[in-house]
Amino acid sequence: MSLTDKDKAAVKALWTKISKGADAIGADALARMLVVYPQTKTYFSHWPDLKAGSAPVTKHGKKIMAGVAQAVAKIDDLSSGLLDLSELHAFQLRVDPANFKTLGHCLQVVIATMYPNEFTPEANVALDKFLSNLALALSERYR
Amino acid sequence: MVKWTDFERATIQDIFSKIDYDVVGPAALSRCLIVYPWTQRYFGGFGNLYNAAAITSNPKVAAHGKVVISGLEKAVKNMDDIKTIYKDLSVLHSEKLQVDPDNFNLLADCLTIVVAGQIGAAFTPEVHAAFQKFLAVVVASLRKQYY
Repeated sequence: MSLTDKDKAAVKALWTKISKGADAIGADALARMLVVYPQTKTYFSHWPDLKAGSAPVTKHGKKIMAGVAQAVAKIDDLSSGLLDLSELHAFQLRVDPANFKTLGHCLQVVIATMYPNEFTPEANVALDKFLSNLALALSERYR
Repeated sequence: MVKWTDFERATIQDIFSKIDYDVVGPAALSRCLIVYPWTQRYFGGFGNLYNAAAITSNPKVAAHGKVVISGLEKAVKNMDDIKTIYKDLSVLHSEKLQVDPDNFNLLADCLTIVVAGQIGAAFTPEVHAAFQKFLAVVVASLRKQYY
């Protein structure tokens, strides 16, 4: 389900509207994922605090969104554009790739709460496709 | 037997008392047909589903969206025995409608996004978790009679 030109335009248009709030989106999505899908907490056993608003969650939410921003910038070639991040996730973090879909869903829920008028069904399908392709690119180096 | 905490019970009742069924039902179904277009396979008799605008303004989609959310209301009113309440619905979806049950998760995700859009900041992680659990029970109950 590769990205058409229409999808890329829609993703970039949505990103323009939401990127100023990216840090807040990232922090909420991560905190939310840890609560709604508690099995994801297993990757963060080294954090003293997993609650929404805590320092590690806020800081890491920012990092995640920096990755999303990188993906938006490299939307024409996600596999090569995200190679460094793929190697990080594959060899060091070893996050089960099924979780990429989970976090992607949480990101979309947060965007829906914060930008309900912008997150139309058309924007939804483009973003969902983009996040699926992002996840695929992140899985690139796993095996 | 599913165990609900007081918070979860209260949250589910609260969400469904706040949302406008006539808006949320149609919005969730049409979003599902748009975001996951292969789900359109079950709605061959609904006429024009050619693009997002057509789907959103399609009266049959809107009517059916209301049917779906009324079905969910049954579960909201009988949270302690959704499995039994949904037995006939499960047989219907399996035998007559022949819906791939993986599609239930797709519609559930779209419903979550629509409800999140309606409720906004009040859709906290804890509220979201309760809603997610409720939908998981609904989906499991709808899958129960498949064989």
